[in-house]
Amino acid sequence: MTPDETAAALQERFGEAVQDVLRFRGEVTAVVAPESIPDVALFCRDQLGYTFLDDISAVDWLDRSPRFDIVYQMTSLTEWVRFRLKTLVDAETGPRTVIPVWPAANWAEREVWDLFGIEFDGHPDLRRLLLPDGWIGHPLRKDFPQTQITLPRPRADKIEEAP
Amino acid sequence: MAVGEIRSDTMLLNMGPQHPSTHGVLRLLLELDGETVVRMVPDIGYLHTGIEKTGERLKYQQVITLTDRMGYLDNMLDELAYVLAVEKLIGIEVPERVKWIRVLFSELERISSHLVWLGTHALDLGAMSVFLYCFRERERILDIKENVSGVRMMTSYFRIGGLMADLTPDIEPKVREFLKIMPGRIDEYEELLTRNEIWVDRTRGVGVLPAETAIAMGCSGPTLRASGVAYDIRKRMPYSGYENFDFDIVTAEHGDVYDRFRCRMREMRESLKIVQQAIDGMPEGPWRLDDRKVVPPPKDELVNSMESLIHHFKLFTEGLKPPVGEVYNAIEGARGEMGYYVVSNGAGKPYRFHMRAPSFYNLQALPLMSQGYLVSDIIAIIGSIDIVLGEVDR
Amino acid sequence: MGLDGSDLFEFENVPIIEARRLRSVGETDFQPTQGGGVFTTTVKQMIDWSRASSIWPALFGLACCAIEMMATSAARWDLARFGAEVYRASPRQSDLMIVAGRLSTKMAPVLRQIYDQMPDPKWVISMGACASTGGVFNNYAIVQGVDQIVPVDIYVPGCPPTPDMLMYGFTMLQDKIKRGVPPASQQALSGRGV
Repeated sequence: MTPDETAAALQERFGEAVQDVLRFRGEVTAVVAPESIPDVALFCRDQLGYTFLDDISAVDWLDRSPRFDIVYQMTSLTEWVRFRLKTLVDAETGPRTVIPVWPAANWAEREVWDLFGIEFDGHPDLRRLLLPDGWIGHPLRKDFPQTQITLPRPRADKIEEAP
Repeated sequence: MAVGEIRSDTMLLNMGPQHPSTHGVLRLLLELDGETVVRMVPDIGYLHTGIEKTGERLKYQQVITLTDRMGYLDNMLDELAYVLAVEKLIGIEVPERVKWIRVLFSELERISSHLVWLGTHALDLGAMSVFLYCFRERERILDIKENVSGVRMMTSYFRIGGLMADLTPDIEPKVREFLKIMPGRIDEYEELLTRNEIWVDRTRGVGVLPAETAIAMGCSGPTLRASGVAYDIRKRMPYSGYENFDFDIVTAEHGDVYDRFRCRMREMRESLKIVQQAIDGMPEGPWRLDDRKVVPPPKDELVNSMESLIHHFKLFTEGLKPPVGEVYNAIEGARGEMGYYVVSNGAGKPYRFHMRAPSFYNLQALPLMSQGYLVSDIIAIIGSIDIVLGEVDR
Repeated sequence: MGLDGSDLFEFENVPIIEARRLRSVGETDFQPTQGGGVFTTTVKQMIDWSRASSIWPALFGLACCAIEMMATSAARWDLARFGAEVYRASPRQSDLMIVAGRLSTKMAPVLRQIYDQMPDPKWVISMGACASTGGVFNNYAIVQGVDQIVPVDIYVPGCPPTPDMLMYGFTMLQDKIKRGVPPASQQALSGRGV
């Protein structure tokens, strides 16, 4: 089925949970409510044939509420088409994990947590993936500084006076 | 005390991040029962570069230089994926000659990446001469790249709307020379390895990845195709003119290390076929789009035309401005599905730029491929999935 | 303290000589022979020559520069003819660490640990723009210059440097050793500040 048919099938099955369908440059995105993500994902994998999860990522829209977009990109290995699911969340209340549907989501969700700070409900192992363990902050958020943070350097002969 | 009464526990062995066989800075925590691996936990992030953050600070054209440095073995394929994503976002279509040149260099790059894979994989398993032979062939491809762009590795040759420059007159004889000798060289590697008893013993039946597991874990590229799934984006969702070329998707049945080896060797031969077709049928024409909002005007026009000067100025100070929207574009990289998710808010810099790296997902499947094998088999398995840590950590 | 301009902290314009307080630049352990030391001079020169002629690098390829480092030791530009016969995986058996590639903040303690495990005398070549200064990546994740962690003898610029550039840097290091210049590890040039 084509991406358009996929969007229509989702709207038929889930009704209100599908908040919007966006079309741009031949790609179709369905914006769904965060609570329905596990059901929508399972439906996409089993009924619509999207067995391959390409990627999970997030976008930070600083001046919007809810602040983050979580984007699920998937491919159908029978029809050779791609489809995107999107959901809008705030930092503390991320969607439920889709690991039961696509096990590939494990590291992808860990990465989103690491770089954005969005917690996925039910993830078995949510800890730092790309950054060192003790790192504070979530770098890919828009309010994290862009360039290297420069620290002042102490003068060598005054070290003994440092408290 | 009889042998059966000796109590033994599992041992935790740390492999890496500085290790000759991990192909980069990868840390693996192995839980061993004797020599058998019971559990494996990869620890990545030792090459995390923050390009997604830096990409938000640079203009669209400048981000091409970052994409080069991520998949540093098949760098032109990374560039191609990004450039195609931005061209899709803007909504432009490049001339035919550009597409053919892009295909030509993509396939040369794929061969170059597979040569490094073969050399390092064989070196890990003890076949040191193959390493030197592969790098000898790779030098020819690097010469071709240097001839056309001036740089051996990080060429930034593919640009949005076209290329950096047209092909030089030296390229065609160099490519034809390469095509003449390369099949013989691949035969040489196969002679050394394919029916070599030691090689087959070390790789057959090792690191088996069933097809359903591979699909569920998001593996792609030769890692997936060796398990029997015929997913090659060049054939299934063609891009940049690949529909005009005649080649086969290479698959295998068992999904072990030996099958991945055979897959990549045959892929090198298929790539040579594509290069032959590309150089034979190269159309004439412009090497970049004529759209001044995207592609800078030719240098000699700048002295004559005020409008060209303004276009040039705007492109290099503010950057080209795509419409608001988002796009995901994936191509077949040397390791699998290489995708870029680019979000634009109308400015000259990407609002969000995310890279879907094939090695990230292939590496995630590594623990599933390695359970129950010996430590020395782990070396073979890591070599066979062909990871590039630059891609994994970004 | 600090950012409000108190005199405990000052920014970059600290003169170099003042900053390196532990040893001044000319001061080394090397005692020049004063009258009648032909034998010891010759032995020292021979030791320097032999050290320069068989520098064994430790494997520390991090990113793209590592591929060019591998190409340098491959058949076309053979680094082994200059003495770098084997790349040793164990730092305890090597003299030289070629830091090839970008150093991320997670990898920095590992770098220091490997460096500390190398026996004296040891040299460091910082290969590439990312290792020398942070390169194209000025962000939270990359250490802006390996010399913030280990003392560096030779900086080889490039992104990545071609194998002949690396070989030039290598031969420059050999010249340095033959002339008797002590390695940077003994000059305590590490860090900026203390």
